[in-house]
Amino acid sequence: MTTLSTGATPVPAATGTVETTYREALREALREALREDDRVFLMGEDVGMYGGCFAVSLGLLEEFGPERVRDTPLSESGFVGAGIGAALAGLRPVVEIMTVNFSLLALDQILNNAATLSHMSGGQLHVPLVIRMTTGAGRQLAAQHSHSLEGWYAHIPGIKVIAPATVEDARGMLWTALEDPDPVLLFEHGTLYTMTGTLPRDAGHVDITRAAVRREGRDVTLVSYGGTLHKALAAADVLAGSGVAAEVLDLRSLRPLDDATIAASVRKTHRAVVVDEGWRSGGLSAEVSARITEQCFYDLDGPVERVCSAEVPIPYAQHLEQAALPQVDQVVAAARRVVG
Amino acid sequence: MTESNTDFGPDLGEVFGPSHADGGPELVQLLTPEGERVEHPDFSFDLDDEAIKGFYRDMVLTRRIDTEATALQRHGELGIWAQLLGQEAAQIGSGRALAPQDFVFPTYREHGVAWCRDVDPLRLLGLFRGVDQGGWDPNDGNFGLYTIVIGAQTLHAVGYAMGMQRDGVVGTGDPERDAAVVAYFGDGASSQGDVNESFIFAASYNAPVVFFCQNNQWAISEPIERQSRIPLYQRALGFGFPGVRVDGNDVLACYAVTKAALQRAHEGSGPTFVEAYTYRMGAHTTTDDPTRYRLSEDLEHWKLKDPIARVHAYLTRNGLVDEAFFAEVEEEAERLGEHLRAGCKALPEPDPLSIFDHVYVDQTPELAAQKEGFAAYLASFEGHKEGAR
Repeated sequence: MTTLSTGATPVPAATGTVETTYREALREALREALREDDRVFLMGEDVGMYGGCFAVSLGLLEEFGPERVRDTPLSESGFVGAGIGAALAGLRPVVEIMTVNFSLLALDQILNNAATLSHMSGGQLHVPLVIRMTTGAGRQLAAQHSHSLEGWYAHIPGIKVIAPATVEDARGMLWTALEDPDPVLLFEHGTLYTMTGTLPRDAGHVDITRAAVRREGRDVTLVSYGGTLHKALAAADVLAGSGVAAEVLDLRSLRPLDDATIAASVRKTHRAVVVDEGWRSGGLSAEVSARITEQCFYDLDGPVERVCSAEVPIPYAQHLEQAALPQVDQVVAAARRVVG
Repeated sequence: MTESNTDFGPDLGEVFGPSHADGGPELVQLLTPEGERVEHPDFSFDLDDEAIKGFYRDMVLTRRIDTEATALQRHGELGIWAQLLGQEAAQIGSGRALAPQDFVFPTYREHGVAWCRDVDPLRLLGLFRGVDQGGWDPNDGNFGLYTIVIGAQTLHAVGYAMGMQRDGVVGTGDPERDAAVVAYFGDGASSQGDVNESFIFAASYNAPVVFFCQNNQWAISEPIERQSRIPLYQRALGFGFPGVRVDGNDVLACYAVTKAALQRAHEGSGPTFVEAYTYRMGAHTTTDDPTRYRLSEDLEHWKLKDPIARVHAYLTRNGLVDEAFFAEVEEEAERLGEHLRAGCKALPEPDPLSIFDHVYVDQTPELAAQKEGFAAYLASFEGHKEGAR
């Protein structure tokens, strides 16, 4: 995979670069946080001895010990709730939930507790908690381990929702999230862990409030995030072959949404395709599409298109799973329809 | 200076201390690892030696299913496999204690119980090959589909048992009619909210459920000490029903204890928690590497308690079988292996359009349109291929 210019990471003085992966970048971010701030600790199922279900925390137990890298019982509501308590007590917990599907067991803690405590305490309490979880399909894990529910979480006031799609963001978003006084949910797309890229050796935190233009174009805006960014970029390559210059946006933050960057792009291209691995009905793609219509109606030269997952539970067999997910050729076809 | 406060009850170290590795003094055992029959004041094995020969056969064949499936995964024929190695006695003992009208809610590791309920093991492979999601009919052998979500099935089991109460098939006194549910789960699941809530519901409604927990000591990499500071069976008391810890590698004891627990449930005396104390000899699944987090000497310790070896020793020592018996079972295992190897590769791939078929019982217009669109998309390739020729 090619490295991407983010436009969001400040380029530091030339101190060399390092070849890394999305997984290693996440690990390096955790390592830095654990090293730099002794209030930070990591907690979740299999994060310690096992090194994390997706090997993100491999080696951190050995480096930081069991107080800072905590293996937990199999109780999602339990360890998210405990994370909220630890955050209230002044710590900076990073809680790992294996997949977004499992986070549903902790939904009451996330929605009714973490997201509301500041409001309900009249601002006396804050929950500086970071919850990391894997999202998305593409690895044949079937309907109970593959969904993209980050759009649901983006519906909830009181929390922030971010989705690193690049190695730079995998490296840089955690620290920014930890500095945030409110709960931040960080979604790692499962197909990205092995993605490679080059980072400045001293890469650090990134701004998580702004969407990034990952590729500039004048004819159509492809709005994506997380796992779909790379499909949008691939579609832009194909479109370029037929003379269509697609601009590719990476939302990065799903709550709050960066309306300004989205609107600026659509006002330039006059056309938009939203690519989302979530379901279409009531999904994040609907929200983005509605905002474009609200804010750029008179700039649009055609209806906003959406490319989403089929409205079925994510299938298990490989060919069925791929059939249900947004694919590059569907993005290309949608872009051609709106370009006309 | 600090003093340890003992006012709150026994030192957990004593309760959960040196005896822990062997299951402690409460462990119900009827057949020792050396193959000696022993008595227990509360539980006895009331079947004959023919039944024990049958259990031996069941366990050997179940292990063969496990071995073949593990090999098929290594050859790339299965995406994943959840091994049961070492848990054959817990599954066959409890599975053979079931009455036909009892209903089972399994996890994804209950290959031995599936065997007892006459599920063709090839159906299990369909799930792990990724061509279907477990295609057996749960009503055929009263054996539910495998549950992937940890612990979720225990609540389903309690609800099902409450349904049996409504149907009036509990406490009738007719052994052909009285029914119960067995909910299988593991030590890791015991930390899940669903499991604890299922205990509360079962107790509250006196539901005919046997909670059969195979404590195999490991939830992927999390050891039992991370899930519980007391033996799991002791938790049952706090919920208001009896708990028993049975030697999970002793098929006779697993049978006897499950039978007794089912008897209570059938009579209308409510739930029982059975903790089958065993050990996961293999990995959590074929994607796991247990050498990363546990000591090989533990494995060696548990090899000496092998559930099949002790029955082999019992049968041999007492002259109950001859070499021909073992050869026959071995030959049957070979045939089963062939069935699985050949059958696995012949499992049909599902039709791409089938993804739209079971989202709702009655397909919505939106889904029908999606299906039609996808059919047209697939058909476009047909034309393309023809054009290319």
